[in-house]
Amino acid sequence: MKTTLYEDHVRLNAQLVDFAGWQMPMRYGSTIDEHHAVRKHVGMFDVSHMLTVDFEGAQSELFLQKLLASDVSKLSNDGQALYTVMLNERGGIIDDLIVYRLHETSFRIVFNAGVATTDLEWVSAWQQTTAFSVSIKPRRDLSIIAVQGPKAIQTVNELLDCPQLRAVQPFTAIHHNEHFIGRTGYTGEDGVEIVCPNADAPKIWNQLLNAGVFPCGLGARDTLRLEAGMNLNGQDMTPDHTPYESALSWVLDLEPSRDFVGQTALEETYQQGIATKLTGIVLQGGVMRSGYEVQSNAGLGTITSGSFSPTLGYSIALARVPRASVGEVSVIIRNKQKTGRIVRPPFVRHGEKVHK
Amino acid sequence: MSETPQELRYTDTHEWARIEPDGTVCVGISDFAQDALGDVVFIELPETGTEVDAGAEVAVIESVKAASDIYSPVSGEIVRVNDQLTDAPDLVNSEPYDGGWIFVVQPLSDDPNSDLLTAEQYQEFCETDSNEH
Repeated sequence: MKTTLYEDHVRLNAQLVDFAGWQMPMRYGSTIDEHHAVRKHVGMFDVSHMLTVDFEGAQSELFLQKLLASDVSKLSNDGQALYTVMLNERGGIIDDLIVYRLHETSFRIVFNAGVATTDLEWVSAWQQTTAFSVSIKPRRDLSIIAVQGPKAIQTVNELLDCPQLRAVQPFTAIHHNEHFIGRTGYTGEDGVEIVCPNADAPKIWNQLLNAGVFPCGLGARDTLRLEAGMNLNGQDMTPDHTPYESALSWVLDLEPSRDFVGQTALEETYQQGIATKLTGIVLQGGVMRSGYEVQSNAGLGTITSGSFSPTLGYSIALARVPRASVGEVSVIIRNKQKTGRIVRPPFVRHGEKVHK
Repeated sequence: MSETPQELRYTDTHEWARIEPDGTVCVGISDFAQDALGDVVFIELPETGTEVDAGAEVAVIESVKAASDIYSPVSGEIVRVNDQLTDAPDLVNSEPYDGGWIFVVQPLSDDPNSDLLTAEQYQEFCETDSNEH
């Protein structure tokens, strides 16, 4: 599959890769240059492979209270958004997502591309089970361009003539002409995600490009989110691991009256005790990758996401390890033991190193 | 378009080999290979004195995205490694045929060239390789 911006990626000589069936840019030139552009100036990503789904109808709030681990009734104003997860009945993570309140009776969710079909089948099945009055509308007619970096707000404000953007709080979206602009993203920097009709996407993309916004691919998206300590679905989060094992207990709203999918299993798991945690590891003299074994003071674990941090100049990773793991660890890199150290994510905040 | 200097020999695993006046063979990776890998961020160098067979894994190049093995184009003994790459692995990207050399082998055979590709053969190989991807 191709997004509306495919031809623009080709024109920019992108190295294209298959991502969940989509032909997406891995990088246009250097991943490290793209990474720094977002940390220091402003970069943009085509994330139109992610699936926007609108939930409309009198009982859409009740429906999402059932399906999401956070309570959407706490979104008190139109445009407000929150980051949360959708769980299976075992309390495992199906997907992480951002949900926006559009109006009192309508919400918008953006699902990850890799599980978009699974997600859609899941919510449709639950709609039939609960018989709530809600219509579920996948919006493949929409594209998403994420503009991220310290200069993102200023740039988008000028180009789209949208001065009200400055006053928009993080995790809030506004409607501007045909565009839905949320002050959200997944890079650890300030910025927006512009949701627009497919037909408008190339024009906005090229306006941004001409204004000096650096096009960035999936490679930089991965190093940026990892430095920011943000989980990647399918690696750091899986249907076999609960939010407790994925450093996401902070999203849970366990109010007993809620009864969301997975809540009972979560409470049982918590009573039994959580054996592992998802934490950070830093290591010099090698690059940690997903799947590598970790030996800690408290036993064996596994790297779930690993890469090189362009900001720090050494390798960083997220790893699932026994809960009592602290301090130095050994990471097995191609049959050799390398010494790393457990740190609490994030690794980088506002472009600066977090841990000494 | 990537550069493929005429005077070098190449392998189908994208190393280049240069026969030095003293008979040793200097090895690096091609411009085509560095471009495909992207930013090189770490290199695990072999130890000097190691005996290697042609086609054996000798070094590892880590790009942002993945690790790739580097194979020795010839059989022999590793006599020098490029220590500069420890602090500046990106030399492999910026100067693949100069500052980005990786190791030097003292070959066993008198004619280490015989099984290697010429620049033309390698270019042809890369074109086929690109079309398949």
